[in-house]
Amino acid sequence: MTDDRIVAVTMPKWGLSMRAGKITGWIAAEGDEVSAGDELADIETEKIAGTLEAAGAGTLRRIIARAGEDVPVSSTIALIAPPGVSDDDLDAAAARARALIDAGVPGGADEGTAARTATVDGRRISYAGTGQDGEVVLLIHGYGGDRNSWLFLQEPLAARHRVYALDLPGHGTSSKDVGDGSVGTLAGAVLGVLDAIGAKRAHLVGHSLGGAIAVAAAVAGPGRISSLTLIAPTGFGPEIDAGYLRGFAGARTRRELKPVVGQLFADEGLVTRQVVDDLLAYKRLDGVEAALRTLVGTLVDGDTQRIDSAAAIAAIGGAVPVTVVWGSADRIIPAAHARSVAGAVRHLIDGAGHMPHLERPAEVQAAIEETIARAP
Amino acid sequence: MARTITYREAINEALAQEMERDESVIVMGEDNAGGEGSPGEMDAWGGVLGVTKGLYHRFPGRVLDTPISESAFVGAAIGAATAGMRPVAELMFVDFMGVCFDQIYNQAAKFRYMFGGKAVTPVVIRTMYGAGLRAAAQHSQCLYPLFTHIPGLKVVVPATPYDAKGLLTQAIRDDDPVIFFEHKALYDLAGPVPEEGYALPFGEANVVREGDDVTIVTLGRMVHTSLEAAQQLAGAGVHCEVVDLRTTSPLDEDTVLESVEATGRLVVVDEANPRCSVAADISALVARKAFGALRAPIEMVTAPHTPVPFAGTLEDRYVPDAQRVANAVKAVAEWAR
Repeated sequence: MTDDRIVAVTMPKWGLSMRAGKITGWIAAEGDEVSAGDELADIETEKIAGTLEAAGAGTLRRIIARAGEDVPVSSTIALIAPPGVSDDDLDAAAARARALIDAGVPGGADEGTAARTATVDGRRISYAGTGQDGEVVLLIHGYGGDRNSWLFLQEPLAARHRVYALDLPGHGTSSKDVGDGSVGTLAGAVLGVLDAIGAKRAHLVGHSLGGAIAVAAAVAGPGRISSLTLIAPTGFGPEIDAGYLRGFAGARTRRELKPVVGQLFADEGLVTRQVVDDLLAYKRLDGVEAALRTLVGTLVDGDTQRIDSAAAIAAIGGAVPVTVVWGSADRIIPAAHARSVAGAVRHLIDGAGHMPHLERPAEVQAAIEETIARAP
Repeated sequence: MARTITYREAINEALAQEMERDESVIVMGEDNAGGEGSPGEMDAWGGVLGVTKGLYHRFPGRVLDTPISESAFVGAAIGAATAGMRPVAELMFVDFMGVCFDQIYNQAAKFRYMFGGKAVTPVVIRTMYGAGLRAAAQHSQCLYPLFTHIPGLKVVVPATPYDAKGLLTQAIRDDDPVIFFEHKALYDLAGPVPEEGYALPFGEANVVREGDDVTIVTLGRMVHTSLEAAQQLAGAGVHCEVVDLRTTSPLDEDTVLESVEATGRLVVVDEANPRCSVAADISALVARKAFGALRAPIEMVTAPHTPVPFAGTLEDRYVPDAQRVANAVKAVAEWAR
């Protein structure tokens, strides 16, 4: 049998539709010592290019999948093991993994991750879940995003939790009617999804506008929220790049949209044509432009933030653990706002922009796990 | 939410959603209501290939069955458009457009211009084009160049279900006359299409595959032929950028020029006959505006300058296939002075 000290590095599943990925290049080499969060390989799917990071520490002993090769999700692509594991055992494990890739056997079956819908306040809200056991974690995207923005995190978190992500009103495949577009209305959608799941309590993870919504949901549903992880949240200071918000709502073409979306990331090279095309396809759905303009009115008055999450956090008063995660190179909302999140554990991710969950997923995942562990 | 539906269903859905949204939208054409009440038929046929099936009962009085008189009903559609309706006329085969040309190119196309912008003509004429169905020379032509030539008409040639729905939605909402070309061989092509309504702007080409070596500019059914060739060529180390024009009028010159400026090599793939064609037009555009970027002569892969043959073996040779596209790309990629 396989030595249980051998840890398989597998092809990740980034998003529900991903069936296979191509390794465009190995960053780590055989023999390298790696620790959690170290970059192992660049991987490309039909939708996105990303970097696979190590989940744990050890020596990268065998690389199985070659650069340029298409590999089904969950297939073993490399082996990490301590020095004590023999070369013979590793070669045997590598040969088995190689045979599975060559046979084209799909590694992971779908685990019932199809999108579901709930009706909340007369609006259709889409959400999707992964994971069998553990506490419920609900991921809340920001302005202009959708539940696919969590593609790097949803599967890894699902190893220990039941992880759901929703499309807020006006976004993704949810109803495009946002009503008054207030944070309270949007928080109502979050609590409505928890009702639909049948979750009495949940850990909330919110990005940007989703951070303010998570805080508002915690205030509106006392006792239902076990912890809050806020990623570059709105509502903790006056500054925000209002030009970005209006530019995103107003962009009609790929040429107009691409530079706007580039501002979200520290490395604008992450904005592929596919990313821009997907956003354009969303923005062109009937009702989306009106929804975004309403939300801009929720977010800013002129060039200044309108939402006040700081007071709400103070009102919660340490009843649940709160963590704030911010990219030091955030160009949309300054990372200095992290200091205004009272009582929070703060993680500053050096060099990340406004999208650390896409730019540096392993560090964000670690922060979320740590927050969940702190909950009573 | 995007699910997978066919090109035919995508067109039907765009019609249904726009009829739902705007009661001035009406549908007219031959065999729209034909078959109603005949033995074994539960519904109207919905046109010769069933594209408008289901609309006749869903929108009573708004799906008009016309006599076999294209000049009459296309003229009526254009007249209704000038009087405040948004008619979508289905002219079975583009090959029959000749009998109603005056209404289209000398009337509909001219009203906005000749009335100083005070008149609009929001009519859509849907029509089938293309070879491959053994339908002979009078039912198989690719006549979009004729309409592209006329200022005042907008010309749309969708390649995928997603584009078909979004471009037809835009065509119906547009205030100018639009000729909407549907390839017969694409009706059963399936692809992801959002359930909700959406409009794709005219004059925005779609880069359907990125590559650094050779630009392939194409449209309609030939997008799929070009992608098949590009896939084969990638295995041989030649990386093609495939640009789907989506509309020939207005034309997205910038996307074509930007791509050729990056690759330095151009192959245009067009199912139409080559003279005065989209292929010739794109070649001239690039030769004039991106001459300095070209590193090889431009290649055109088109049908020959003959009618579409009825004999199956000849028709198969007539329509450009992936092998011919691949050969042209290789010739351009390997060209040396």
